[in-house]
Amino acid sequence: MTKEQIRATILEIIAQIVPDEDLSNLKGNIPIREQIELDSMDFLDIIMELRKRYGIEVPEDDYVQLATLDSSVAYLEPRMKNL
Amino acid sequence: MHYDVVIIGAGMSGLAAGIRLAYYGKRVCIVEKHYRVGGLNSFYNRSGRKFDVGLHAVTNYVSKNMRLAPLPKLLRQLKLKPEDFALCPQRMSVIRFPNKILRFNNDFSFFVREVTDNFPREADNFQKLLKTIFDYDELNLYAKPRSAREILSSIFGDPLLIDMLFCPLMFYGNAQENDMEFGQFVIMFKSIFCEGFARPRAGVRQILDVLVRKYKDCGGELRMRCAVRSLKCAHGRVESIVLENGEILTADRILSSAGYVETMNLLANHEPAHFEHYAGQLSFVEFILVLNREPAELGYTATITFYNNSDKFRYRKPEQLVDVSSGVVCCPNNFQFDEPLPEGIIRITNLANYELWNQLDEQAYKAQKGACLEATLEEVMKFIPDFRKHIVFTDIFTPRTIYRFTGHINGAVYGTPHKVKTGKTHLENLFICGTDQGFLGIVGAMLSGISMANLHILQKT
Repeated sequence: MTKEQIRATILEIIAQIVPDEDLSNLKGNIPIREQIELDSMDFLDIIMELRKRYGIEVPEDDYVQLATLDSSVAYLEPRMKNL
Repeated sequence: MHYDVVIIGAGMSGLAAGIRLAYYGKRVCIVEKHYRVGGLNSFYNRSGRKFDVGLHAVTNYVSKNMRLAPLPKLLRQLKLKPEDFALCPQRMSVIRFPNKILRFNNDFSFFVREVTDNFPREADNFQKLLKTIFDYDELNLYAKPRSAREILSSIFGDPLLIDMLFCPLMFYGNAQENDMEFGQFVIMFKSIFCEGFARPRAGVRQILDVLVRKYKDCGGELRMRCAVRSLKCAHGRVESIVLENGEILTADRILSSAGYVETMNLLANHEPAHFEHYAGQLSFVEFILVLNREPAELGYTATITFYNNSDKFRYRKPEQLVDVSSGVVCCPNNFQFDEPLPEGIIRITNLANYELWNQLDEQAYKAQKGACLEATLEEVMKFIPDFRKHIVFTDIFTPRTIYRFTGHINGAVYGTPHKVKTGKTHLENLFICGTDQGFLGIVGAMLSGISMANLHILQKT
């Protein structure tokens, strides 16, 4: 996957978890949870969905790496580039 | 047979945990000793009628755009739609004490006005309480327990208001006698007063059917009439699960909704006395009365009435079989259903003493059920139009019934007063969810299963 595809995948996963949120103005460098109503349980589901779909394991200590859209892409890129 | 997770008990919390785990690809098995799911919130059929046990109302009812509230949160976690539970809101509920009435519905500002109008001198203090409640993080699993009675007594001058606030919150979820842990008070206050009551027209089975179907669709395995005989432990962990039928299961992790003490009692080679003091004491009788009229036709329109007819509200194990001086009257007809229920139903719940009921022989047990019914009817006639001549069917369950169907020691509906909020036990792969973990009510029970599955299993692997 390219960086763009990874970004689109994350957005699609978020849209599935919170279908009534408008994600079109989501800024890449600001924590996702500061921009939309997403609680810690929803946040966990982003990680669970990545595991379920692509078998990607994100250890608990790395959850902070997924705070913003940009940092998520950077963190996931090496793990998803061969998908 | 080996599983990633074995869950003990197919109640609300076990099923919710099971859905989470199965949805995310875990090999899960729920073992349930009864032939029916639901545990404390279940149902039964008698003489062609369907009755609920446990559930009077689903608490935490909010409109679906309040996304961070517990009910929408749990629907999202279980990948369910708000329509799935088919919840219909209440009409009006009442807290009825001698010479004082507070009404509430699903609009919190109405309740604030009721308190202000009825206790004008406490209006500012009530705002103080609300601030304390909204500043409190009731979901913090590591908070130190505090006495709600102490906190309320430091805020209010009028003990009557304190007891009137306690009454519904205690009856709907408190395992402790005469006081309540403040975190639990906050959970219950929000779920009942700030949010509200609703009920599916089909009762609790609507919710259970949805949960079971979802769990199975996700690939979860559900074994009914499958009791656990013991948990075999070694090296600080549960090594295997021995079933009543002799079969042995193994699992990486075990999530038990059987209750804390009840789970400890399953451990082979443990000292039961060591855990004895944790058992809860509070049990109930419930009288279920079928009427040949809608209660509203007889002039009774309240959804749920929490009453106390005595000078002092006492929430504790009574010294007699049952304490009819206070209790809960639920009228399932008085929710806003599209279509009326087929018959009128009144359910009356009172505090009861498990040991005393348990000592009775069969004949005395039957006779006492009848005598207690008469006593409680006499009591509730003080505020409900006399419906006695309209009763066409009666069923009664006691602490003994509760023990038989839920396995809760002492028939303690709300389990131990010492909640295990983190869900951890002294064994590294055994966790507690449900009533004894400490999120309360039906929504709380499901959230408990979800949180414990998230915290101890999904986040760890």
